[in-house]
Amino acid sequence: MKQVIMGNHALSYGAMISRVQVIAAYPITPQTQVVELLSELCADKKLDAEFVKVESEHSALAACMGASAVGARAFTATSSQGLALMHEIIHWTVGARLPIVLGNINRAMAPPWTIWTDQNDSLSERDTGCLQFYCQNNQEVLDTVVQAFKVSEKILLPSMIILDAFVLSHTSELVDFPDQKLVDEYLPPFNPKYKLDIDEPHTFGGLTGPDGYYELRYKIEEAIQDAKRIIVETGKEFGEMFGREYGLTESYKMEDADVVLVASATVASTARVAVDELRDEGKKVGLLRVRVFRPFPSEEIRELLVGRKKVAVIDRNISFGHGGIFAQEIKSALYNSKNIPPLWSYIIGIGGRDVRVEDIKEIAMETIKGDEPKKDIIWKGVRE
Amino acid sequence: MKLSIPEQELITSGHLACQGCGATLCMRYALKALGKKTIVDIPACCWSVIDGPFPHTSLKIPLFHTAFETAACVASGIRAGLDALGKKDINVLAWAGDGGTFDIGIQALSGAAERNDNIIYICYDNEAYMNTGIQRSSATPYGAWTTTTPVKHFKKMPKKDMVKIMAAHRIPYTATASVAYPEDFIKKVNKAKEIKGTKFLHIISPCPPGWKSQPNESIKLAKLAVSTCYFPIYEIENGEKYTINKIVKNPRPVKEFLERQGRFRHLKEGDIAQIQQNVIESYNELLKKAGIEEEVTVKAKSE
Repeated sequence: MKQVIMGNHALSYGAMISRVQVIAAYPITPQTQVVELLSELCADKKLDAEFVKVESEHSALAACMGASAVGARAFTATSSQGLALMHEIIHWTVGARLPIVLGNINRAMAPPWTIWTDQNDSLSERDTGCLQFYCQNNQEVLDTVVQAFKVSEKILLPSMIILDAFVLSHTSELVDFPDQKLVDEYLPPFNPKYKLDIDEPHTFGGLTGPDGYYELRYKIEEAIQDAKRIIVETGKEFGEMFGREYGLTESYKMEDADVVLVASATVASTARVAVDELRDEGKKVGLLRVRVFRPFPSEEIRELLVGRKKVAVIDRNISFGHGGIFAQEIKSALYNSKNIPPLWSYIIGIGGRDVRVEDIKEIAMETIKGDEPKKDIIWKGVRE
Repeated sequence: MKLSIPEQELITSGHLACQGCGATLCMRYALKALGKKTIVDIPACCWSVIDGPFPHTSLKIPLFHTAFETAACVASGIRAGLDALGKKDINVLAWAGDGGTFDIGIQALSGAAERNDNIIYICYDNEAYMNTGIQRSSATPYGAWTTTTPVKHFKKMPKKDMVKIMAAHRIPYTATASVAYPEDFIKKVNKAKEIKGTKFLHIISPCPPGWKSQPNESIKLAKLAVSTCYFPIYEIENGEKYTINKIVKNPRPVKEFLERQGRFRHLKEGDIAQIQQNVIESYNELLKKAGIEEEVTVKAKSE
């Protein structure tokens, strides 16, 4: 079945076909349609789930934690300030090893009040241990919810599905709905080995000193490293069953590319058009889209970038005092390799400023023409 | 002889409580009433330590340790998860101290109460942040010393009336209890078990290190809290129907409760008289709500 749906509804339907059992959520623009549709689906019994209409995002994720800890599949969605409020509980969810999936609509942080997109909200959760998937279209949003539950439930860590505010959340696109029977086959019911169980009582999260904490953290790192392999495997299996394969990254016209543009989310979709036009103009430019930010696909990125002539990383985010966050991560992934290309780090589109094909072509041309980056951080299009 | 308190023990020895800890007895009695078909979540509070360090635990029921402000919402989530899995006959208990209830957890608690989520919330109240080393909370009473209300600036604000706040949510059951009266407490937990919706129990729980009292006087203090009317024992159904379970006709002077605790040692006669007046006024207000016409007064000297 194919249907034209908005990005937010792709998240809701993704949760529905994943047969989530508990939803706890709190409204925030531009996420509201996610929970509105889920409320309707629950009310109409199209989705057999308990919906806890909590009083804050903090409580939303905490309620999901309680549900997940008894062995129910739990889902929530938020954005920006709401995600920041959840921060403490994202850490708790990771430490408690609960495979909750949460949707986050990328919205810039206040003040000043704003509702438009950039990635600073989700990237501020970089070090929590929550997996991060950056989606480029509504089909990918729906498909990734299903895959994320599968991955998360294998490694017992939460996942965040991320889509740009308005550019994707409120844009309608044609989406193919996978057959429910096949989805059920792909994603079997959640049945964790350890849970809050009156027949086998355990205590979770008790006071742990330096003797044990260190190893518990090491196990989280082991699990999230292993997630790279599992994401690729589940993405491949998804492709075999539903005809759409997903990985950690996506390469576009990369085979013979001298200059590689690196982008994520919908900026990558725009960059694909820019690459096509530049190719028409005879420029050997390719695009590397980073789909999974945590775990960071360092090995793949090294394979794809070492030996290239030049790289330009396009960041719709800013780590104040150190620049674009994807650029930093890519630099650190390359550092121990030989034959590293010079890297231009571009900041663009913060707070929802439009990112146009022309902008990306300009970035590519500046990179092609330059011998080396003149500045560590290049802010594109700052007005006087 | 028929025991009025169930024999079943769901708490083991070897826990990490201080001598004379009221909170430990509270848990022991609560679990006697709730039984094995119970899942508990505990936010940051003394009980996050009392339970014991990993890999040990002193509870024989499933326990989820959680963040400070999340006792109620995690319990709501546990209930939703159990309902989704068709396991409807399990008690869900949120177990929090006064800081996690009156202060940082009040938002989540109010949310759960407004939704009337089917959980039992028990607040064991030792009237300050005892686990972090005796800092004032909004449950700390007027006049008390804590490390953040030193004697020169002892607490000037009255204790927050949490029971009134919960009653204002019109939840089906709100009750107070004292660890000195386990039969009354167990009866209330049993009653809470049978009611669907949010149940809030508030139990006064003496803390020798924080109250600067003798460990062997905890029960005596918990009794005096009731007999002086400092902490009356009553219940409210649907936010409206008040029943006083231990009616005090001749309250003992509150001084008898205060003078056994170092945290009140700095108080002058005038301060104590003020506390006495407040206690009696509150109690008379409660009597009225419970439909009792007569008012009480305190005789200069108790018998």
